[in-house]
Amino acid sequence: MKGLKIIVLAKQVPDTRNVGKDAMKADGTVNRAALPAIFNPEDLNALEQALRIKDNYPGTTVTLLTMGPGRAAEIVREGMYRGADKGYLLTDRAFAGSDTLATSYAISCAIKKINFDLIIAGRQAIDGDTAQVGPQVAEKLGLPQVTYAEHVDKIVKNKITIQRRLERGIETVTAPLPCLITVNATAPECRPRNAKHLMKFKHAKTVTELQSAVEDYYKLHEDRPYLRIPELSVLDVEADTNWLGLAGSPTKVKAIENVVFAAKDAKQLTADQKDLDWLMGELVANHTLG
Amino acid sequence: MNNIFVFCEIDEGKIADVSQELLTKGRSLANELKCNLEAIVIGSKLEGIESEIAPYGADTIFVADDKRLEFYLTLPFTTIIVDLFKKQQPQIALFGATSVGRDLGPRVSSALKSGLTADCTSLVIGNHEDKKEGKVYENLLYQIRPAFGGNIIATIINPDCRPQMATVREGVMKKEIINKNHKSKVVAIDVNKVVTDVDFAVEIIERHMEPRKIDIKKSQVIVSGGYGVGSRENFKLLYELAHVLGGEVGASRAAVDAGYVDHARQVGQTGVTVRPKLYIACGISGQVQHTAGMEESAMIISINTDPTAPITKIADYNITGDVSEVVPRLIEAYRKHSK
Ligand SMILES: Cc1cc2nc3c(=O)[nH]c(=O)nc-3n(C[C@H](O)[C@H](O)[C@H](O)COP(=O)(O)OP(=O)(O)OC[C@H]3O[C@@H](n4cnc5c(N)ncnc54)[C@H](O)[C@@H]3O)c2cc1C
Ligand SMILES: Nc1ncnc2c1ncn2[C@@H]1O[C@H](COP(=O)(O)O)[C@@H](O)[C@H]1O
Repeated sequence: MKGLKIIVLAKQVPDTRNVGKDAMKADGTVNRAALPAIFNPEDLNALEQALRIKDNYPGTTVTLLTMGPGRAAEIVREGMYRGADKGYLLTDRAFAGSDTLATSYAISCAIKKINFDLIIAGRQAIDGDTAQVGPQVAEKLGLPQVTYAEHVDKIVKNKITIQRRLERGIETVTAPLPCLITVNATAPECRPRNAKHLMKFKHAKTVTELQSAVEDYYKLHEDRPYLRIPELSVLDVEADTNWLGLAGSPTKVKAIENVVFAAKDAKQLTADQKDLDWLMGELVANHTLG
Repeated sequence: MNNIFVFCEIDEGKIADVSQELLTKGRSLANELKCNLEAIVIGSKLEGIESEIAPYGADTIFVADDKRLEFYLTLPFTTIIVDLFKKQQPQIALFGATSVGRDLGPRVSSALKSGLTADCTSLVIGNHEDKKEGKVYENLLYQIRPAFGGNIIATIINPDCRPQMATVREGVMKKEIINKNHKSKVVAIDVNKVVTDVDFAVEIIERHMEPRKIDIKKSQVIVSGGYGVGSRENFKLLYELAHVLGGEVGASRAAVDAGYVDHARQVGQTGVTVRPKLYIACGISGQVQHTAGMEESAMIISINTDPTAPITKIADYNITGDVSEVVPRLIEAYRKHSK
């Protein structure tokens, strides 16, 4: 088996464990600027699977693809520090407000511009917990999909053998290449940064970052073209703007409510039906129940 | 046209609980919208499967029966459903938020260019006014779900695209037989006319599934009983409350030791640790070995005859009273407040 060209889909997500009051904007979309941003956890599991294939099949290249605002270049670098060969940042104002369908459309347009044998995504992103983008990208590209992957066994004659983790057990399947895999959190953790890669890619940047950098990296980037993280726009990937952003998203956020859990100053109730009716009303109203 | 579809998943040869819960919900939505409830079931050796769907009030059941479809496969299942939905043009389509539904739903939604909302906790019919466009949409499906790691509750709508698709987890909706003698129209789908060999590109070569066990850890609501419940007979009340709230029954060790309930349900140091959204402790004193396994619950309600029992210190609501009196009243109260 010769090496494969693998694309890993990774998203920079707000760390939902640290959510404050200003997390949502008035239009119901996420105010990313107000939150710490991290590499989506299951996308690290996805990256590790790609790196393991690279270990086992020399000649394999791992390319990270992320769609997001300028700062999402951070996770492209993070991926490179851990062993990815290169990465793209798909970024454009026209993508803002995209739901999963519009996101997967944009990503599928970008993938059509990149050569690949295999796409690996995380199972789900912790900001939305939808687990939809992987299968939707596969559908848009007309590829078979294998979700909940925990382990890639082997690749023989363009067939990949994968173990899937389901609710109550394990299923082993084979899929033809090219295909798309989504990886579970139960798969092996991602290896840490590697000092050699860190040195090599420390100054990897997008053009936008070069322009706003205090130091002058132009000469360095000219000598070492691998340091450039290409930015892809709507025009670059030839996407139809009707299918992007808020306009291209069939789902709309109608309303947002913050969840407030009652503080532990206990309320004392009697066994009277009146008290119990009130309690159940409270639990339904604050979404503890149904 | 314009009906509600429920994808009925097969689990161990039977219609999955989550699908029957969705049929129940689908029936009440269909009544409200004055449309039909339709079911689709895909699998192998499905003779007689209607009897597990019809009692929930389906008007029509579409059956795709083929030996190649014994186990779920993304591509043929998608092809069959997309083909059916293109012909039937449903307004709403519901799937269980299982490993099957969450693999299938997005694939179908992408093929139909229609919106899908994952893991809804509530589905309600309502109107929507788009002020910018000056347009009013009537009878949309409000798809209500927690987002952002549970920090917010969002109401999602799909104003323009059909079907409006949603997945829902097991245990979130109530399951209720409408009429055990209800008859549905059964329509067989000619599988060979729809699927092609390309749909079988992914092959299953091995499956190791364990039988379903009680696992209360996954439940968002736990009704837990202690020695104070008094008997195995009285525990039935707790099962009833857990059922209407869509939860599971837990227990203290004293209740397990007394033989009121199985050990698999024991919470605490020598049982399981749980963190549900709601933990209702019925007749449990609250010794540390017990509280170690449940104190991280988001909300705790205690029902105890003793207003000074240790559990009252960690509870959010303390109901002073007898379990056998309070529990039936809670069931009644919940029924009043839920739709
Ligand atoms: C090493 C070790 C490990 C243990 N591990 C666990 C463990 O994992 N889980 C666990 O639960 N325990 C464990 N225990 C036992 C624990 O210490 C307690 O004995 C046990 O939790 C008590 O159970 P209880 O609250 O149901 O019973 P009790 O302490 O007898 O309390 C019964 C309560 O019910 C109330 N009551 C009585 N009648 C009624 C009524 N009609 N209506 C309402 N309330 C009523 C009473 O006021 C009282 O508060 C462990 C103990 C040891 C030593
Ligand atoms: N903006 C994005 N850029 C790159 N990959 C993404 C993006 N959004 C989602 N993905 C991929 O799709 C998976 C599922 O995301 P989601 O459907 O949002 O839960 C993620 O784990 C990523 O692998």
